[in-house]
Amino acid sequence: MPVQYADVVAWVKAFASAIEEGKDYLTQLDSAIGDADHGTNMHRGFRAAVQKLEEFPGDDIGAALKGVGMTLVSKIGGAGGPLYGTFFMQMGTALAGKSELEAGDWATAVEAGVKGVQTRGKAEPEEATMLDALLPAVQALKESVGDGSSLEAALIEATEAAEGGMKATIPMIARKGRASYLGERSVGHQDPGATSSYLLMKAASDVLATKNAS
Amino acid sequence: MKKLINNPEDVVTDALEGIQAAHGDVLKVAIDPHYICRADAPVQGKVALVSGGGSGHEPMHGGFVGPGMLDAACPGEVFTSPTPEQMLEATKAVDGGAGVLHIVKNYTGDVLNFEMAADLAREENIEVEAVVVDDDVAVQDSLYTAGRRGVGATVLAEKICGAAAEDKRSLKEVADLCRKVNGNARSMGMALTSCIVPAAGAPTFDLGEDEMEIGIGIHGEPGRERISLAPAKEVVERLAGPIVDDLSLQQGDNVLAFVNSMGGTPLIELYIVFNELKKLLSGRGVNIARNLIGPYITSLEMAGCSITLLKLDDELTRLWDAPVTTPGLTWGA
Repeated sequence: MPVQYADVVAWVKAFASAIEEGKDYLTQLDSAIGDADHGTNMHRGFRAAVQKLEEFPGDDIGAALKGVGMTLVSKIGGAGGPLYGTFFMQMGTALAGKSELEAGDWATAVEAGVKGVQTRGKAEPEEATMLDALLPAVQALKESVGDGSSLEAALIEATEAAEGGMKATIPMIARKGRASYLGERSVGHQDPGATSSYLLMKAASDVLATKNAS
Repeated sequence: MKKLINNPEDVVTDALEGIQAAHGDVLKVAIDPHYICRADAPVQGKVALVSGGGSGHEPMHGGFVGPGMLDAACPGEVFTSPTPEQMLEATKAVDGGAGVLHIVKNYTGDVLNFEMAADLAREENIEVEAVVVDDDVAVQDSLYTAGRRGVGATVLAEKICGAAAEDKRSLKEVADLCRKVNGNARSMGMALTSCIVPAAGAPTFDLGEDEMEIGIGIHGEPGRERISLAPAKEVVERLAGPIVDDLSLQQGDNVLAFVNSMGGTPLIELYIVFNELKKLLSGRGVNIARNLIGPYITSLEMAGCSITLLKLDDELTRLWDAPVTTPGLTWGA
């Protein structure tokens, strides 16, 4: 069953709720190795993005996601603003004019978003960043879609890969962002950005699993 | 959490309204989006200086807006970089046709947001140059970190470049001067206590009664090592030693010595630190030709200090001495 405009809106809303619920947890992870603002910043940004979506006319998924991205850039600040903002803007560009998505469209768009994050943040894998959750998720998404899996199955695989990637940041030495100042003292801490990125992937599989079950 | 606030979410806006109320003679505050600019902006034919960063470091940057220093400052949420939208609006408000210099502290968020803002400003045909300040010797400048942080040298660069811009130097000249200040300045800080981000409500890190953190940044992020409390003399050796080495200071060099409070440390202790610094430098034949002592780049209520040394030449000394009229720094006007 193709993804409709309403499903994409539901995905962003589900992620916004997950951020609201996990706000203190994300901030706590950030306190240990950064500057204790990831949860509050993401919450502020996604609350504004949901508001923006509700005012948004039409059924152009690409335009809506671009709007989300621009709202995030103008509301979050920190590194999260440009990085999550770029993710949604690039996804939106890849889906310009579409009102329905097949599994392949979704995989292509998420890949474009993640490439945007990589270009903007100039991070490499295994530096304990968002990318450590996002890159395995994209890989899993592409492989399952390539194997002809349903979108639902592909999203579940992507979420599992993101979760594995998130947990894999625990023993890593952070090499980007504020956590990198700690050097070896960053070992033993799960990266807050990888954690929110996992929640982003999880929100997608949660929403579409519910949809297909109903 | 014990703080003189109304509501954690309103801290930045409430403080900005207070700044407007107190200093409306030299600056004006815009609320949506947040920025502070000179009351007489834009100054035609003068390069405009825009800086910005998270709030919680007051008086930096908003307190340095005024003749002889910044044209505009963009305050983010507490310890959070401002957004490109703020920087773009500030840039447009102060552009007097001679170009705009963005002075950016080297933090991932600040750098990313200022890059996006500069792209947007150039699309609107405003000439923008950006200089990233990275003077903190506590962080290794290597491929394995986000690079040295921008700390105390930012204050000195904003003052010195502000004076050069008043002299009607070109954008390229002011940007080169900013790089020169950054290249000649090094800093290191330490904390006796952590600090509480209002929205977080709890200290960013825990520090025992008998411990101190050496090599902290200005966002409550932990530093490079945690050690037992020591006399001021030893703390100064730990902070100033790496700075002197990194700058390769020689006998006969003149420096500006900047002893900064992280917010909670009183002036009486800063003078003790300054005195130890003076003795250490004298021992190496280095002369403190200028000094700045007080809370200028703070980290909320954190107790602790940072030391910045800037190697001076005649040009830098003259520009440092030039008149400045801002809420945070005022002389010679």
